[in-house]
Amino acid sequence: MKLDPAIRDQVLAAVPSLRAFAISLSGSVDRADDLVQETLLRALAHIDSFEPGTNMPAWLFTILRNLFRSEYRKRRREVEDGDGRYAETLKSHPEQIGRVEFNEFRAALAKLPPDQREALILVGASGFSYEAAASICGCAVGTIKSRVNRARTRLADLLAIDGVDDFGPDRATRAVLTGGGRS
Amino acid sequence: MKWRFFWGPNGRVMTKTVNREAAAQDEDKKVPDDMSRATGQRKGEVRLGREVQARIGQQLRTLYDDVVNEGVPTHIADLVHRLSSQDDGAA
Repeated sequence: MKLDPAIRDQVLAAVPSLRAFAISLSGSVDRADDLVQETLLRALAHIDSFEPGTNMPAWLFTILRNLFRSEYRKRRREVEDGDGRYAETLKSHPEQIGRVEFNEFRAALAKLPPDQREALILVGASGFSYEAAASICGCAVGTIKSRVNRARTRLADLLAIDGVDDFGPDRATRAVLTGGGRS
Repeated sequence: MKWRFFWGPNGRVMTKTVNREAAAQDEDKKVPDDMSRATGQRKGEVRLGREVQARIGQQLRTLYDDVVNEGVPTHIADLVHRLSSQDDGAA
């Protein structure tokens, strides 16, 4: 069976976002690319189970997430991201946001519980609806909403606490930006 | 038991096993407290200001889009084209 070029193009169009999600899950560009390749192998081998007209990115994200989960259930040992490529990626926009603030954001994001970070990324960065994100994660819509809400709140909290000492003159500004009302 | 993943210092990812119930209890205990500290509001009344949400959203998309903007790596594009032109469609 040859793949319908329209379906193939839908798959290709989803790859950049799929990679970004894989990096956020695995914390490593190398592992993320392995995950993406494995996802595409499976997806294309089982393309008949994809219903044309439904959400191709959500279908691929679901496969990738399940692969990631099962891969790491098998690895009963501590895993570390040695290549640090994700960290590099996250440092690359000092001109837009401010390097210190951006690094602070990255550190705060890394402190979130994985379920919350995943939900926040799916909704806040990948652009999925709460419903699609719930389908990808195999949980209720309310659970996703709650995780996203907790993730945002926790980030705001972390960003308000961390680095206060580093920002003498900016402290008041930062307090406003990060929610205010804290002494 | 359940595997959980932790992002350690310097972007390193770590995993360890935790007891699911203990983790759930932990979460229940901690999160509302964090929420109320973050917003100065009672549990169940959590609301972040629009500016905070916008700022978090902007930073999140910036780091995500940085990867998205790299497009499709050549080896992955090749893989998709190769697989999609195979006669039996099997990987």
